[in-house]
Amino acid sequence: MDNLQELLHGFTIAVTVPHLVLMAIGVLLGILVGVLPGLGAPNGVSLLLPLTFGMQPVSAIILLSSMYWGALFGGSVTSILFNIPGEPSSVATTFDGYPMARDGRPTTALATAFGSAAFGALIGVILITFLASWVAQVALAFGPPEYFAVYFLAFASFVGMGGAAPIKTVVALAIGFAIAAIGIDTVSGSVRLTMGVDELVKGVSFVVAVMGLFGIGELLVAVEEEFHARAVSSKIDWREVFRAVGRLPRHGVALLRSAAIGCWMGITPGGPTAASFMSYGIARRFSRRGRYFGTGEVEGIISPETADHAAGTSALLPMLSLGIPGSATAAVMMGGLMIWGLNPGPMLFVDQKDFVWGLIASMYVGNIVAVALVLLTVPVFAALMRIPFVVIAPLIVIICVVGAYSVSNSYLDVVMMLGFGIVGYLFKKLFYPLAPLVLAIVIGDKAEDAFRQSMLLSKGSLGIFFANKLVTCLIVGGIALLLLPLVLQLARLRRKPAPSADETTVQDAAREKVII
Amino acid sequence: MGRTSTFLFSAAATVLAGTMPALAAWQPQKPIEFVATAGPGGGTDNLARAVQNIITKHKLTEQPIVVVNKGGGSGAEGYVYGKASAGDPYKVIFGTSNAWQQPLVSKVAFNYTDLTPIAAMAQDEFLLWVKQDAPYKNAGDYLKAAASGEFRMGGAQSKDTDEVLTRMIEKAGKVKLTYIPFKSGAETAVQLAGGHLDSHVNNPSESIGQWRGGTQRPLCVFSPKRLPQGPKVTATEGWSDVPTCVEQGLDIKQYEQPRTVWLPGKVTPEQAAFYVDLMKKVQATPEWKDYIEKTSQVDTFLTGAEFDRFIKEDLDHVKQVAGEQGWLVK
Repeated sequence: MDNLQELLHGFTIAVTVPHLVLMAIGVLLGILVGVLPGLGAPNGVSLLLPLTFGMQPVSAIILLSSMYWGALFGGSVTSILFNIPGEPSSVATTFDGYPMARDGRPTTALATAFGSAAFGALIGVILITFLASWVAQVALAFGPPEYFAVYFLAFASFVGMGGAAPIKTVVALAIGFAIAAIGIDTVSGSVRLTMGVDELVKGVSFVVAVMGLFGIGELLVAVEEEFHARAVSSKIDWREVFRAVGRLPRHGVALLRSAAIGCWMGITPGGPTAASFMSYGIARRFSRRGRYFGTGEVEGIISPETADHAAGTSALLPMLSLGIPGSATAAVMMGGLMIWGLNPGPMLFVDQKDFVWGLIASMYVGNIVAVALVLLTVPVFAALMRIPFVVIAPLIVIICVVGAYSVSNSYLDVVMMLGFGIVGYLFKKLFYPLAPLVLAIVIGDKAEDAFRQSMLLSKGSLGIFFANKLVTCLIVGGIALLLLPLVLQLARLRRKPAPSADETTVQDAAREKVII
Repeated sequence: MGRTSTFLFSAAATVLAGTMPALAAWQPQKPIEFVATAGPGGGTDNLARAVQNIITKHKLTEQPIVVVNKGGGSGAEGYVYGKASAGDPYKVIFGTSNAWQQPLVSKVAFNYTDLTPIAAMAQDEFLLWVKQDAPYKNAGDYLKAAASGEFRMGGAQSKDTDEVLTRMIEKAGKVKLTYIPFKSGAETAVQLAGGHLDSHVNNPSESIGQWRGGTQRPLCVFSPKRLPQGPKVTATEGWSDVPTCVEQGLDIKQYEQPRTVWLPGKVTPEQAAFYVDLMKKVQATPEWKDYIEKTSQVDTFLTGAEFDRFIKEDLDHVKQVAGEQGWLVK
């Protein structure tokens, strides 16, 4: 109950006119940087940081975190409308969001995404409010072997639960690992796989990869398949916004499951990206309409969005209580904390009660402000879909080129982005899944670091992955998921082989492979 | 184009000379880019942004300043960018001793000689940290316990400052430590708090929160004398209460990490002088004192021959350690 009292005190700090104004400004700026190519939350927050030096720490963090919420929502907009994910964690939203928008239902897709994102964030904040100290303890239990086990679980869930042929998933993962290995290796400190190109020492940026794989790749497929009449006639209907949000409770199971996955991955250091991917994979397995995933299913939007925001929100807790930033944006905010004279760490909750609980209360209020503002903008964004394809296509190319260039003002990135576009096109043509490739690019190097750190700790013995209950459970779960397709196939062989497969199932499966 | 810019430059110089005879010959004519050789949120990034903020607040130059992060490849991205911008006085690179240490141990496409040194501002100290409930009270106990050869030392990056110091401790204390590299000092501190490591050698700002929170404590500081008196960190102790490592029988007199500022190569002496002067002005502000105190660093300012000598000495020292470990790139 102590926490509840602190929270009420926090509300008295957060719900004041200046702070509400700051929230609205932050959210609007956030939506802007989320939608604009190549800016994204970390850049937006660092641009704003110098302005906050003269502010009270509470006001400053409220402004910055509101911007973060706004940017998260804004990132989903481009994922759904143009198939260009702004943040790694909104990649999974493209899988069903984009087909739904193309299908003439952009309003439904956006409203569903925002509604479920808000739900996820809310569960995340509630978790922080009531379980702060317990959560901090859980995060401390994670050493290198446990980190590796969590990443392993995320990869394995793709092999076991992804829609594509398991072997193709493994191939896509392997290519992703190779790309993630480019640049300086943390464990040996040496330069790898730069092939004599000095600029590659910085590694391959995620933004460059996804803009090419999704934005340009999708465009190439679209140009080839249906060059004519891609303009979508979407009615701007305010009521549909509320109807879509009102329909959410029907998917209660998916919402709760995704929020649970999100919170778990946010507390354990898996992070929002792994959370959204895992949630999507698991939803496809367990949803009754799982085989339609990838064609614009509502649950295919709900699952990644809820998990993403639940994880993004609960990841702020390790940052405050332990000083480990869960995301690039959290890292910038942590830099801000230090400059404001606060030290993230276990004592923050004791020394700086006003700051911590003001921030937590502002997360409740800030998310409500963000959802309200963002729902208001849905019809405006949805109207973008009316623009004919001949206008949108060059626009997407421009967005991708500018976005890739602005990551580090490098021409090489633009060339690589276009190269990834061709890779994305080939993947789609050959029914290889893009999601595991992206997942491996984003967390492949972390998984590798964690594995090699574990090997250093254990002096080369694999026994370290079975050294305690936590890590054993994670690893065994991962192995089980990995073997699942094999077991299922054996079981199918045991049964009498069906004379001819159901026509529609084959078609669905093929369609699914094309999109994911 | 060369002629036009020369013309503009001399015209501008004439105007400036006419209006502000007291100032040096060169003044920036367009926005300046601060390149932090680290990701957002790290120590180097904080420094670049603090300097930017001070310059803007006190209007130390008329031109706007933007900070960009080029932290890829442990900072190599930023230095390579500096090398590629030779002759461009509008790029200021913020780094650490990485600038001369990294080219020694990994095949990166730059060396510190490709850049023009401006100054070393602020030094970060190193301390030996252990878990709060560890049985040893001082560095001597620690070394005795470490003689088992089972101790795990964490640090940021590989073959970088933290690992160099770890190897020095091994040599001075006649022990063997298993070094585990992580991405950052903050990550290392959390690993120690969780009991996955036995010790690390973080800078004060990387572990102050953990110390205050009672998850880890410093045994000694690698400095010739104790740190200056400041506000208490825990209820009873502050930085000045931490003994030096030499006091406790771990004979490493001095080890610190300077924060360094560079221009690209091939800039004119006047251009370099402008930035040296600018940094000096930054250092004289109360905001700078505030930044130094909040990040628990030591205020220093090395430039010109002093800075060169510092680099030479550090380089000789690191070369020796790296040579013994077989790290030097061929």
